[in-house]
Amino acid sequence: MPGKLKAKIVAGRHLPVMDRASDLTDAFVEVKFGNTTFKTDVYPKSLNPQWNSEWFKFEVDDEDLQDEPLQITVLDHDTYSANDAIGKVYIDIDPLLCSEAATVISGWLPIYDTIHGIRGEINVLVKVDLFNDLNRFRQSSCGVKFFCTTSIPRCYRAIMVHGFVEELVVNEDPEYQWIDRIRTPRASNEARQRLIFLMSGELQRKIGLKVLEMGGNAVVGYLQCFDLEGESGLVVRAIGTACTLEKISSTLPATATHPSNSSPSKDMKEPGFGEEAPGVPLSSGPPTPLRAQTFSSFSPSKSYSRQSSSSDTELSLTPKTGMGSGGSAGKEGGPLKALLRQQTQSALEQRGVSSSSEAFVRTGEYPFFTLAAFPPGFLLHVGGVVSARSVKLLDRIHNPALGNTRSYKLLDWNSFTADEPETRDAWWEEIRQEIKSHAKALGCHAVVGYSESTSICEEVCILSASGTAAILSSRFMQDGPLDTEHRLSRQPLCVFSTGSERVEGDMGSSASLGFEEVVSPGCGFCHIPYDELNIPFPAQLTYCYCCRRYKVPDVLFTTIDLPTEANVTGKGCLIQARLCRTKKKAQGEGNATVISNLLPFLEYELHTQLMNKLKLRGMNALFGLRIQISVGETMLLGLASATGVYLTALPSPGGIQIAGKTPSDITYEQHISNMQKKINDTIAKNKELYEINPPEVVEEIIGSPIPEPRQRSRLFRSQSESSDEVSELDLSHGKKDAFVLEIDDTDAVEDIHALLTDSPTPAGFYSCNTEIMPGIQNWTSAIQMFTSVRVFRLNANLTNQGLNKIFSDLCENLLKSLYFKLRSMVPCCLCHLNFTVAIPEDELIQVAVTAVAMSFDKEQLLENGKQSGEKTLIKAITENDEQLQFNLELNAETSAPNPLSSPKGLSEVGSHLSARASSVDYSSFADRCSSWIEQLKLKAHTIRRGSVKTTSSMEKASPLPEGRSRSLRSNRSYSGSSVAVVKMTPLSFIPGAKIIKYLGIINMFFIRETTSLREEGGVSGFLHTFIAEVFAMVRAHVAALGGNAVVSYSMKECVFMENPNKNQAQCLINVSGDAVMFVRESELESTSVQTQSATTHTSNGAEGT
Amino acid sequence: MSVELDVFVGNTTIMDKEVYQLWLNGYTVNDAVKVRIEGGVMEECEASAEVLLSDTMDQYRTFQMCERLLHHPAKLANQLLFQIPPDRQAMLIERYYAFDDSFVREVLGKKLSKGTKKDLDDVSTKTGITLKSCRRQFDNFKRVFKVVEELKGPLVENIRQHFLLPDQLARDYAAIVFFANNRFETGKKKLHYLTFQDFAFCAGQLINNWTLGAVDNIMEDMDVDLDKEFLQELKDLKILITDKDLLDQHKSLVCTALRGKTNVFNEMEANFKNLSRGLVNIAAKLINAKDVRDFFIDLVEKFIEPFSLCLLYMGVIKSCILRMYHD
Repeated sequence: MPGKLKAKIVAGRHLPVMDRASDLTDAFVEVKFGNTTFKTDVYPKSLNPQWNSEWFKFEVDDEDLQDEPLQITVLDHDTYSANDAIGKVYIDIDPLLCSEAATVISGWLPIYDTIHGIRGEINVLVKVDLFNDLNRFRQSSCGVKFFCTTSIPRCYRAIMVHGFVEELVVNEDPEYQWIDRIRTPRASNEARQRLIFLMSGELQRKIGLKVLEMGGNAVVGYLQCFDLEGESGLVVRAIGTACTLEKISSTLPATATHPSNSSPSKDMKEPGFGEEAPGVPLSSGPPTPLRAQTFSSFSPSKSYSRQSSSSDTELSLTPKTGMGSGGSAGKEGGPLKALLRQQTQSALEQRGVSSSSEAFVRTGEYPFFTLAAFPPGFLLHVGGVVSARSVKLLDRIHNPALGNTRSYKLLDWNSFTADEPETRDAWWEEIRQEIKSHAKALGCHAVVGYSESTSICEEVCILSASGTAAILSSRFMQDGPLDTEHRLSRQPLCVFSTGSERVEGDMGSSASLGFEEVVSPGCGFCHIPYDELNIPFPAQLTYCYCCRRYKVPDVLFTTIDLPTEANVTGKGCLIQARLCRTKKKAQGEGNATVISNLLPFLEYELHTQLMNKLKLRGMNALFGLRIQISVGETMLLGLASATGVYLTALPSPGGIQIAGKTPSDITYEQHISNMQKKINDTIAKNKELYEINPPEVVEEIIGSPIPEPRQRSRLFRSQSESSDEVSELDLSHGKKDAFVLEIDDTDAVEDIHALLTDSPTPAGFYSCNTEIMPGIQNWTSAIQMFTSVRVFRLNANLTNQGLNKIFSDLCENLLKSLYFKLRSMVPCCLCHLNFTVAIPEDELIQVAVTAVAMSFDKEQLLENGKQSGEKTLIKAITENDEQLQFNLELNAETSAPNPLSSPKGLSEVGSHLSARASSVDYSSFADRCSSWIEQLKLKAHTIRRGSVKTTSSMEKASPLPEGRSRSLRSNRSYSGSSVAVVKMTPLSFIPGAKIIKYLGIINMFFIRETTSLREEGGVSGFLHTFIAEVFAMVRAHVAALGGNAVVSYSMKECVFMENPNKNQAQCLINVSGDAVMFVRESELESTSVQTQSATTHTSNGAEGT
Repeated sequence: MSVELDVFVGNTTIMDKEVYQLWLNGYTVNDAVKVRIEGGVMEECEASAEVLLSDTMDQYRTFQMCERLLHHPAKLANQLLFQIPPDRQAMLIERYYAFDDSFVREVLGKKLSKGTKKDLDDVSTKTGITLKSCRRQFDNFKRVFKVVEELKGPLVENIRQHFLLPDQLARDYAAIVFFANNRFETGKKKLHYLTFQDFAFCAGQLINNWTLGAVDNIMEDMDVDLDKEFLQELKDLKILITDKDLLDQHKSLVCTALRGKTNVFNEMEANFKNLSRGLVNIAAKLINAKDVRDFFIDLVEKFIEPFSLCLLYMGVIKSCILRMYHD
């Protein structure tokens, strides 16, 4: 049933002069929705027209309301010739369809023209009257809330997390339609913009339907992407996590029983286990370790063996890489080999497109979560990163039904959706299947921090998916083993709310207390989820350095944010691995073959680089890992970004040992020892810089019996390959493992140089690509979101090394520029640094960065040492949660695709070729590994790690009150401006402020084109203006919704094309985020500091009911 | 191998005051980078010349994009493209409209026409101010002139409202507009010793006292033009020289006011008649536009020079005389 959309055009301002004679404009407005158009009167001779129109009413289906944007066109009336368009405004109606979001859109919106950019502003009013629809078979999904935020949005609590939802829609790209040859660039751009608006709307509606089917009411971590596939079409796809959310009453925060205590306050700080911590009553039952049971219920040995066979014989579809914690690569050849084996296999493995439909498992059966941050107690264990890639040929799947000759209505979906998306769906199904099986190999039943991406060059497309294998608590899950009653009865405990009520500065200490009883403290998630006797890859396990009860890996890689409860020593930093590889120019299948052959090596090297850099910083875990592989005609780019931290629970990493191959030469020896010294110095310096002083005293304090880790490790190692070497090494090194780099070839020398040339961040700066930086808590309200784009032109005929250096320098210089630009914000942290690389054309590398710089108060830096020190004292509490089992999990495995049966296999390109090639390389890799091990045996020096105690800072009194008062400093001075200030941030929160309302998702797509590039200041001037315009439009739409900030903002696409010879350029930008309304904490009813001591249980319980 | 494109866009537009000044001063990007390097910003921030160049180019681009908004400062506050905090906006405007005294001295009283603009390269050579900066300053004068020329109401207030300038700067612009409108000759060699601030003070006095706005506060008043009626009436001042009684009365009043306040009092007292004649003659002629233009040169030639009176004295007596005739 329908709704009624009402729009009123109030006025315009700053319009461009359209009539040269009078220097004025005779403007009128067309308001269009669906196929209905209304017009205002012409307001003659004014650049600031006052139309004050009647209410234009559209009676439409809510399905249309979801799909279509309201299109407002401002025109200049011309008596004698055709009316000239001034520009357009597209308004997404979606936020108005949800009762909890915005109720009206009202404000000044920029009038946008794809050729001229912003041309004045228009003041509009838009409302929707929605009639309740009780039809079960409805096609609309009005009322389902969408959030880009990858955590439970503040001011909501999750009643239930239903799981993964995905959808994609396909259409022909208007840019490639025959009509494009005869229409103006403006018309073409507008057709494209409109189409993408429509497709996004439809996609969102379809996902909403799925969510309703699952019984949810919201999608969190909504990630929508475009694949501009050129001739073969335009794909809009989205993934998200379906949830049932409940709004936390906004009246609560002001009351005395401050419910903020239940917030995880993940943003501000790690939960400060302050003075209160020891006194917390552990009301939970006896900490019974359920892990053994859980594992048996998982029958890990079985599953693993199956997995191993699957990876050996089953020929899964894509290179799998970086099996997370498997990354203990280094001194022992095992991990390397293991990794290699995966890589080479994957090179061998050929992917069958039509890997058969029976392989498709219902979407709901993917235990994937696009969330990257979780309420305390949700994430039990983390296995490691799982990723899958697949190279596809686009032209092959081209659907004849979509031939250019056919003209059809833009949105005539029924005519062709049946076939096309299926192919794309099938591709993604394959990848998801693989991710799922990888996760299982790690003994995990779920994948968190899940994301998907593509890179397209001509007709070759790389599909990638990655996530973090994990075991989740079943308490929030729909399919958990608990029966409904049980679950309901437990709700008061498990309901969680995110930090809308969080009070910055004083919340940290109590944040997680409410969950003390159910949450394992900061180390639980590090404990291995897999069976140590059947670990899927050789890793060095030790007992957890926090609780001493469970095994932990030596290195942990994840794609998620650092859990709030995690025990971290020191600070984190951005770690990037950058790689550039030349590739022969090729066409079609040959090209795909070349690429799929290169991929494993690329990933292997990225992995090695990450590991080296991690060790160089004296850290042992990566969070927010994002590996982007971009393909161009003559090269492949790989960029891995992550935030390195030192997890207190994991063993401290060994140093990096350099070994030369010809020890007889004295000068060579000297050279090596020089390098070694440099590396050692760097490690020492980094440890100081990042304040990594893991307390060595833990053992005595805990006093728990430490089972011989060495013996244990040997035990399990004997099951893995290369056990001999490893155990020998263990004897010489103990827990400290050394990472050996052999510099017998130029590659390795380059590697080391690359290691050492990474310049440190300047004083006062920190950087991370996660939401928050461990060890920094007291943010001030000063934030600065920015986007920076660089395009670098390469010379022809560069070697791999040359390319690498250029690419690495490009990233480094970009970072340096950012630090310089933002120097006035020091001390500050660049958070959520999101790098995107692309190869827009041959010999061009494009790097785009979006991040937010946030200032913090210096004083509290000292606090960190204290906290981490104390945290280690906290006794481990065994998680007594039931672990989740996916009933369908094991069955799903049987439906794994059988490649042998794949008939055509577009991507089955050159299987023999690649098989040969990779096997050759495999052996060379193996050579290298074993030689490393030899070297290791010869020179078994270990870099002893310095053990600096942190006790000095323990006595420091907490400067909290001061920090707090400082952080409350608001930007009131801004409020005098006649344009409302809208903050933008890629994070899910705003420091010093409380989000009181989510107004809806912002998802905008713009195209800008110019035929006067030089006049607009060249490519830089053009793009600078365009990005500024995009920001302006986002801000204006947020303000019109009644908001004052965008959180979880991201620029998903920035496709820039230029043709300087023709004086032309074109750029496409897609941005998204959540429009919110926030209030400064200082403006809230002052909630006194003592509220933090209020027990969480009362408020928490009260809320749950 | 080169950086083809390099942009940085902040949600809040980042503007470095120092670079802004360099841009305003008309430095090229490369010169600005040199100045910045010499300023030591590199050591301070561990930056390289490359970084500095990138930053400078970026800032310059931002300023260029902002420039059209600065031409209509009121727009800066309600435009949507750049999110600039109000205090920054004020800074941008104030600095954009700031001018060099040495430059303004060159064009003060000249017609703000294209012809004058063409001669700016001479001015640039003479003053050492870059041509770019000269042009900006000249265009600012012209823009302000054009906007307030036809506006009613107090001149300073009009400028302040339309260009959101701080009080002092608005007064200075009022002086420039006033001088340009009345085309006062200020370029003669004999006037070279006078600074812009001297003229600005005079302009302030004239605007406050001799314009239409000064006489009555009706809305239609105009501050840019001298009050014709008033100038006409000035002719009647001749009586101060021709009528002996009035001359004496005048003399005694002036002497009472100035006694002990100037070290040239005796001289002044002795020459009062000549002095007074000089002033009255200037006043009587002011009804002719040509003589208005020569007002300052006449004052110097016929009053200050003959008696070598100091600047302070001139100011005092002028204020004094003006006051007397308005009371």
